[in-house]
Amino acid sequence: MNCEDTQNLINAYIDAELDLVRSVELEEHLRDCPVCSTDHENLQMLSSAIGNLRYQPPAHLQKQITTAIRKEAKSERKDVTSERKLRLWSWRPVYVAASLAFIAILSWSAIRLLSIRSGNDLLGREVVASHVRSLMAEHLSDVLSSDRHTVKPWFNGKLDFSPPVQDLADENFPLVGGRLDYLDNRPVAALVYQRRQHYINLFIWPSTGGSDAPSELSSQGYNVVHWNSAGMACWAVSDLNKRELEEFSELVRSRFAIEN
Amino acid sequence: MHDQKKLDGFEAIVLPQLSAAYNLARWLTRNDHDAEDVVQEAYLRAFRFFDGFRGGDARAWLLTIVRNTYYTWLSNNRLRDVSASIEDESWDLESDAPSPELNAINTSERDRLEGAIKELPAEFREVLILRELEGMSYKEISDITDIPIGTVMSRLARARKRLQQCLANVLGREA
Repeated sequence: MNCEDTQNLINAYIDAELDLVRSVELEEHLRDCPVCSTDHENLQMLSSAIGNLRYQPPAHLQKQITTAIRKEAKSERKDVTSERKLRLWSWRPVYVAASLAFIAILSWSAIRLLSIRSGNDLLGREVVASHVRSLMAEHLSDVLSSDRHTVKPWFNGKLDFSPPVQDLADENFPLVGGRLDYLDNRPVAALVYQRRQHYINLFIWPSTGGSDAPSELSSQGYNVVHWNSAGMACWAVSDLNKRELEEFSELVRSRFAIEN
Repeated sequence: MHDQKKLDGFEAIVLPQLSAAYNLARWLTRNDHDAEDVVQEAYLRAFRFFDGFRGGDARAWLLTIVRNTYYTWLSNNRLRDVSASIEDESWDLESDAPSPELNAINTSERDRLEGAIKELPAEFREVLILRELEGMSYKEISDITDIPIGTVMSRLARARKRLQQCLANVLGREA
C-alpha cells in the first residue's frame, strides 16, 4: 500500500471500518512510512480528544421530560375515558351492536390501511427523508418565487412533464418556490408551500395509477398525505399538524381537478 | 391499561437515552437552552410515535428524531440560530475522570478544539459527533442522517482534516 491509498483509507481504519486484509496492509505501510505514521498518531489523538467533549444533560431535564410525557400520556388517556363515560349512557344492546359495527369498520380500515402502508411505506420514508434534507441549509428551493407563472416555466426542460403549480396564498398556504428532487428512481417536481412557520413539500411526478383517495402516513414526527390524481402521484409532507395538512391536500386536489 | 404499558415501556427504553439525545442536541444547537427545547420536543414526538417503534436500537431511533426535530427547529428559528452562535457559551462539559490523552492536552487546547467543532457546518458536525461521541458505525450514522455510507466516510475525513487545520493555524499563529 502506498501513501495515497493510506490517506484515503486512514479514517476508515481509525474507525475500525476497514476490512482485515486492507487493515493489515495499511499497518505494514504505517510501520515503514514515518509521514503516514505521524498522521495516524495525530488523527488518533484528535479522535480521543473529541471523545472527551461530551455534554451532560442538566439535572432537571430528565424530570422535566418525564413530567411532560406523563402529561401527554394522561391527555391521551383522558380522551379514552371520556369516550367510555359516553358509552355508559347508551342502551346496552345498542352499545353491543355499535361496538360490533365499530370493530368491523375498524378492522376493515386497518386492513385497508395496512395494505396501503406496505406498498407506500418505503416511498413514504423516502419522501420524509427528502423533506428533511430540503430543510437543511439552503436546499429548500431552487427557484424562489410566490408567482406560479415563474415557478411553472422554471421546470421546463428540467423535467419530462409539466407539474401543476398553484398559488394557495388566498387560503393561507403561500407558494414559496420550487425545486428539483429525485424520488422513486426519477426526477420529480418539489413545490414548497408555507403555513405560518411550517414548510410543506409537495412532491409531484407522473404515475401509472388512476385517481384515488388520499392516504396518510406519519414517520419520525412528520405527517404525510399521498394521493394519485389525473396521472400524477402527489405526496405532501410537513411537520404541520395532520388536520391542516389534510386541508392543504384537499385544496390542491380540488384545484388540480378544476385545472384538468 | 395499554396506555400505562406504553408509558412504562417508553420510560424503560427511551428515557435512558437522554444523555445521548442531549449531547447530540447540544452540539447541534450549540447552546444549553435550545438543546433542552429540542430534546424535550423530540421526546414528545418520540412518545407519540412510540407505537411505531419496532424494537431494535432505541438510541439510534431517538437520535434520528432528535436530529429531525433540530432541523425543523432550525428552519423555524433561522434568525435566532445566527445570534446563538455568537452568544457566550457556558462551559459545562463533563470534567470528571480525565483520560490519559486529555492529560497530555492542556485545557486551552480543549477550548480550541471545541470551538473548531462548533465552527463546522451542521452536516459535518452531526456525523463527527455520532462517530466520536456515540461510537456509531458508518452504517448506523448513514441510517440516522439518511446519507450514503461513502458520504459518511468522506464527511468524517473532511471534518477531521478541517479540525486539524484549525488547530494547527491557531498554534502556528501563537508560535
